[in-house]
Amino acid sequence: MKVDRRCFLGLGLGAVAGAVVSPPGMKLTDDLAIWTQNWPWTPVPKDGKVTYEQTTCSLCKGNCGLSVRKVGGRPVHISGQEGHPVNNGGACLHGISGLQYLYGLTRINAPLKKNGETFEEISWKEAVSHVADKLNAMRENGKAEKIACITGKERGSIPELFKRFMKAYGSPHYYSMPDMNTTWRTVAEKMHGENADIGFDLENATHILSFGSGLVEGWGSPVHNFRVNAQRKDKGVKLVQVEPRLSNTAASADRWIPAIAGSEADLALSMCSVIMKEKLYDSSYLVSYDTGFSAFSGLVTTGYAPEKMESKTGVAASEIKTLAREFAGAGRPLAIAGKGRGDTAGDLTEFAAVHALNCLVGNINAKGGVRLNASPDYLKFPEMKLDAVAEKGAEKAPEKSIDALMRKISGTGQSPVQALLMQDANIAYTMHDTDRVKQALKKVPFKISFSSFMDETAKLADIILPSPTFLERYEDLPSDASMSRQVVGLAVPVQKPVKNSMNPGDAVIRIAKAMKSGVSENFPWKKYEDCLESVTGKLWDPLSDKGYAVISEKKPRKTVSADLSFFSVNKGKRPEAAGDRTEYPMMLVPYDNMRITSSEVTVSPFAVKTVSDEEIKGKESFVQVNPETARKIGVSRGDKVKITTPAGSAAVRIDLFEGVMPGLIGMPKGLGHTTDNPYVAGKGVNTNQLISVSIDPNTGQDAAFGINAKISRV
Amino acid sequence: MSKQNTHGKTYKFGMAIDLDKCTGCGSCMVACMSENNVPFKKDESDKKDSITWMRVYKLTNGKSFPETEICYLPRPCMQCGGKGDQGHSPCVSVCPAVATDYGHDTGIVSQIPVRCFGCRYCMAACPYHARYFNWWDPKWPGEMEKYLNPDVSPRMRGVVEKCSFCYHRYQAARDKAYYEHREEIQEQEYQTACTQACPAGAIAFGDLHNPSHKVHQLVKPDPHHSGKPRNPKAFRLLERLGTNPKVYYISEKEWVRKAGDNYLEGEWKKMNKKHG
Ligand code: SF4
Ligand code: SF4
Ligand code: SF4
Repeated sequence: MKVDRRCFLGLGLGAVAGAVVSPPGMKLTDDLAIWTQNWPWTPVPKDGKVTYEQTTCSLCKGNCGLSVRKVGGRPVHISGQEGHPVNNGGACLHGISGLQYLYGLTRINAPLKKNGETFEEISWKEAVSHVADKLNAMRENGKAEKIACITGKERGSIPELFKRFMKAYGSPHYYSMPDMNTTWRTVAEKMHGENADIGFDLENATHILSFGSGLVEGWGSPVHNFRVNAQRKDKGVKLVQVEPRLSNTAASADRWIPAIAGSEADLALSMCSVIMKEKLYDSSYLVSYDTGFSAFSGLVTTGYAPEKMESKTGVAASEIKTLAREFAGAGRPLAIAGKGRGDTAGDLTEFAAVHALNCLVGNINAKGGVRLNASPDYLKFPEMKLDAVAEKGAEKAPEKSIDALMRKISGTGQSPVQALLMQDANIAYTMHDTDRVKQALKKVPFKISFSSFMDETAKLADIILPSPTFLERYEDLPSDASMSRQVVGLAVPVQKPVKNSMNPGDAVIRIAKAMKSGVSENFPWKKYEDCLESVTGKLWDPLSDKGYAVISEKKPRKTVSADLSFFSVNKGKRPEAAGDRTEYPMMLVPYDNMRITSSEVTVSPFAVKTVSDEEIKGKESFVQVNPETARKIGVSRGDKVKITTPAGSAAVRIDLFEGVMPGLIGMPKGLGHTTDNPYVAGKGVNTNQLISVSIDPNTGQDAAFGINAKISRV
Repeated sequence: MSKQNTHGKTYKFGMAIDLDKCTGCGSCMVACMSENNVPFKKDESDKKDSITWMRVYKLTNGKSFPETEICYLPRPCMQCGGKGDQGHSPCVSVCPAVATDYGHDTGIVSQIPVRCFGCRYCMAACPYHARYFNWWDPKWPGEMEKYLNPDVSPRMRGVVEKCSFCYHRYQAARDKAYYEHREEIQEQEYQTACTQACPAGAIAFGDLHNPSHKVHQLVKPDPHHSGKPRNPKAFRLLERLGTNPKVYYISEKEWVRKAGDNYLEGEWKKMNKKHG
């Protein structure tokens, strides 16, 4: 009977199987199995008691609550924490891969000091005194302003300690990596006159209009937004996605509006013109407007009429009108901006134009709308005592952005920055014009990295003070500012440090303590944990009890005035994609793929495994073009081509995708790492090296989202 | 035939995946790898030998810009019931070593690597490409051996592996119920790693025999037709092969449902009329 079933397939294979299965065969197969598998090196994982420990993920800005399953004290599996206010049970693939970070191949074993081309291990004592001595000498020689510091995150006690160190030391050059929240804050300031975070109450909106924001590609707090998207489907909440490429968010949306790349602001303002002309705005809210309303009305109705914007946006006038009417007519409409993951600053005008839509429908601080949240102030650091050197530094202003700093360094003969501290920032990978950033870094004589991994930036450092990963360290982690509810999570060690590492908080405290007076007295704590406990004050109990605390339950203020004069004042001042269109007739737009990290954290081996063979094949990566584009330039699927932009060129392969707008080149972010980890590095091209910085004149930040490009056959 | 657990309760575990909710994020794939000690290599871009018990495929509607649509389809092992849903799964039927077997008490198709001697007939037999062969010895570089889960034996070169619906989790739940003198395990007591990980809540897992389980409610399996879904928005892959999968997919989109099988011209319309 069994043999019968084997013939189900009707393949020759079945017949062979039938022959093998007779009783003597049985014995044979058993022997075969024993013979083929008796490998002593097959591991037998140790069993033990099963326990669960909770912590907070800091691999991205999402800061999800995680639950770590341990067997006999050994962490074996990570999942999302049930009931957590950020992610309620879910986790993204990177968080789940956490243990591959813990035991990562590029983890740094011990403090390292560069010696010629290689690193040598040194003790923590040596490392700390080496750094302190150098910095002491610089400070004494009147070079306090020649040190700079870049942290990956802006908030939390660890970045605060670095900021504090810089202030006590007497340098204004403290920076944190910008992202969309940086620009949203500028919007709050320019349009509401408030120093506030902008959060989005996506859970309660009934109509979401997204200008390229990758709700399911990692925008804002990723898992939080995955959940928002799934719940939206249950509730019938509409999502309209404006984007030139069919992203996963666009695919998941109810409607995809493929507007021309870079025309988002025009589309938003054109929608405003319809809302103005047809008086669809919330007049009760508009009573509280004081400035700029009529000027704005005049500007958009004359300059941005849908008919005028058709060719610029690629969206039909009738469609623009429908979009505007649907948006204004929805119960609780909400418009969002920040392309892809929102991990770059973005164009202020675009954000402001999108926000104008929110202002017109009056959703500011309303349920399902935009929320102006005061920046979290749960950290109470003791008053600082500044000496004369520190006072002098405090009077100076930092550069407008990290890009400006990098350009200063590469522009002059001798670098104005003589020492650079870098914590959780892999700028030699994540910044646009990557090659220029690397050149600039090489000009800085003393670079200190606090990385856990030998990443692209750590490789260039002169001294590395390795950090524990989030699974081995304490850290308070405020949630992404784009969440309407502000949550602080606590990372707690679920595993003793597996390397000779030190919490960056401890490292900076120890360096400060080893400095001469002026700096040291501003760091009264014995260790970082003491500091954390004391600066979190009242919040420490809930944080250490539950692992998180919600800090913005208060009802928001109702009336907020809006100022729409921004557009009349700033008319025309926009960042521009680099490159001449005649030389570079196409446009390269890097895209985010949830399965690949593109931040300072390199992707894990598990996550790489999930990446499609249409994105990575062997050592090569692909770019997506529309089949129509491919026909025009005479290339077909799989062809090897050269992609050239004003910033550089790279060899890639062609993938055909109907979902990309003709003329556009889609390219996955997060590839092309050059670390010594064959499981994840050496695969494809880092898009950042092909993108030139494009400064937004309104903010001084790099706002490049793409670049003009060309493809040639090789 | 295969030994049956004739004592105690029998289940028919199955899964329903809402393709309209799935965003292709890949959490399920990685949760599975981590739970089941799935190995990885330096180059995983040759998908034929990249071991992924759970693999998320990308489907497109084939239309040109801007009518294009895409959809992600997560594919674990379908735990096929075979013709008549009697346990003659395509793979089980061809295995000469009884390394893979049908669990009549659970509906789960097992895979016992130490019995497998690598003939790979099952791989040829599986219409869903759910089975993978270990061409090389799995390596856990650095200290990664330390994170291995003791509930799932690491495999070795020369054997086939596939999704087991996290069978060890069932065993643990069953043992617990037994210990607490309970006949039956609860829906939440046994959930697969992918189901738990999915941040979109796109996967439902449970007993297809139990009308109170979410998976049953979503699918409404027809007991008289080998579990065919009665929910018109639900479908199984390659339904007409008669493999009777226990993994169901749900989508509002017709093109997605249609992609579940290779229909002849006009066949889809006829079929759907019949099913109303
Ligand atoms: S979304 Fe971010 S914070 Fe959440 S699990 Fe993933 S990497 Fe960690
Ligand atoms: S999907 Fe393939 S491996 Fe799984 S039961 Fe069916 S035939 Fe066997
Ligand atoms: S985890 Fe869920 S949403 Fe993500 S790919 Fe898997 S099924 Fe789809």
